Amino acid sequence: MQLPDAEQLLADLTGKIRPDVAANTALVGIYTGGVWLAERLHQDLELSLPLGTLDVSFYRDDFGQIGLHPQVKPSDIPFEVEGSHIILVDDVLYTGRTIRAAINELFDYGRPASIRLAALVDRGDRELPITAQYVGTILSLPSDKMLALEKGLGGKLSLSLYNKSLRDNE
Amino acid sequence: MNNNPQLNKNGELQHLLTTEGLPGPILLNILDTAESFVGVTERDVKKVPLLRGKSIFNLFFEPSTRTRTTFEIAAKRLSADVVNLNIAASSQSKGETLLDTVNNLSAMHADMFVVRHSQSGTAHLIARHVRAEIHIINAGDGRHAHPTQGLLDMFTIRHYKRDFHNLRVAIVGDILHSRVARSQIHALTTLGVPEVRVIAPKTLLPAKVERLGVHVYHDMAQGLKDVDVLLMLRLQNERMLSARLPSAEEYFKYYGLTQEKLALARPDAIVLHPGPMNRGVEIDSAVADGKQSVILPQVTFGIAVRMAVMSILAGN
Repeated sequence: MQLPDAEQLLADLTGKIRPDVAANTALVGIYTGGVWLAERLHQDLELSLPLGTLDVSFYRDDFGQIGLHPQVKPSDIPFEVEGSHIILVDDVLYTGRTIRAAINELFDYGRPASIRLAALVDRGDRELPITAQYVGTILSLPSDKMLALEKGLGGKLSLSLYNKSLRDNE
Repeated sequence: MNNNPQLNKNGELQHLLTTEGLPGPILLNILDTAESFVGVTERDVKKVPLLRGKSIFNLFFEPSTRTRTTFEIAAKRLSADVVNLNIAASSQSKGETLLDTVNNLSAMHADMFVVRHSQSGTAHLIARHVRAEIHIINAGDGRHAHPTQGLLDMFTIRHYKRDFHNLRVAIVGDILHSRVARSQIHALTTLGVPEVRVIAPKTLLPAKVERLGVHVYHDMAQGLKDVDVLLMLRLQNERMLSARLPSAEEYFKYYGLTQEKLALARPDAIVLHPGPMNRGVEIDSAVADGKQSVILPQVTFGIAVRMAVMSILAGN
């Protein structure tokens, strides 16, 4: 199956977010792919508030089934969450469970004025009432496939498709 | 198959009983996970929902305020429910056996026991006895092991020195009676510290301590030379009565860490102590409160390390 070009999708996504950027707009990337995207967006959109990163491992709802994810990264929110307008960034929006965990984590830092969501790919099949305000593209994929963002030499981003049995679903 | 009672059949950490025999990757995973929890403990909301609904029992058969409190705080910051059992004042004094106590608490659907006991091997005994879904953390057993203290010391060392592979580390004091020293030595050698020294009078060293892979010194001037990290041990008052030492003053004169003795180590050396300190016995106040002391950061990091251990165990 021919996957879309991640660099082109990122350019489209940047264009969609740009009109809404204000002085109190903050970007928060979700590890790992969302952080790569958020770094690029942060640079291209020339945001003044520093970039935030989230590892939602401590807020996931599948701890009881699969335990703690190895290599948990430290979350870092270097701006005042209280009253800020946050755009969460993730690579693939699927069940919505990661976003639920991320929203819960953000509220433990403070009460933002608003949270919006940007995703490079929306592959549908939501299990929670969550939607993205900014989407690179919509893709319909079989449930046994896993879509992942990868970072190559020189920081070039690309999308890859895996069989779920070979890799854990992120 | 492995015979390590701490690991499950997949080689994952099932119980934390001792740092001895734990693979390096497992130790590093605990330190890395703790790194993420340090950020949590610095927020306004110092709590994550990870262990919501889990019941953790602190079983302290030996008095301890500090260690019990740090485990309690760690469990609460993971949203677990914590029950503290002061065993001296409970059924044990009515004649109930240790394993009966554990059986009764297991029947109350405990998920984890944090065990401190004056008898070496108690945590191992309980770990062999409980159902597979219950996890045991050894919070100190006799002279044997105090693994979370050893791990938080490793975390502190890595925080300030970044890497273990070019360090000289000296452990100073009552090695003979110290479960902390044993846990430190096993963790340091597993993590690749090339030179671990122990500095103590002959009466406070175990026989054949060299077999643990350490260099033995009886003299601070020689032992502290070029050292990067000083791990001070608490001198327990009861040792003084056992005729192993002439007096606290005499001990301080030869082994107490003063600014003058610290100057023999590297200028950027750090000083750790597991607490509670005997000022003027094993450590001088000027050092304990000095700029090379990282004794209070150790306490802060201890919470994050215990959160990491609890969450890794609960997930395996």
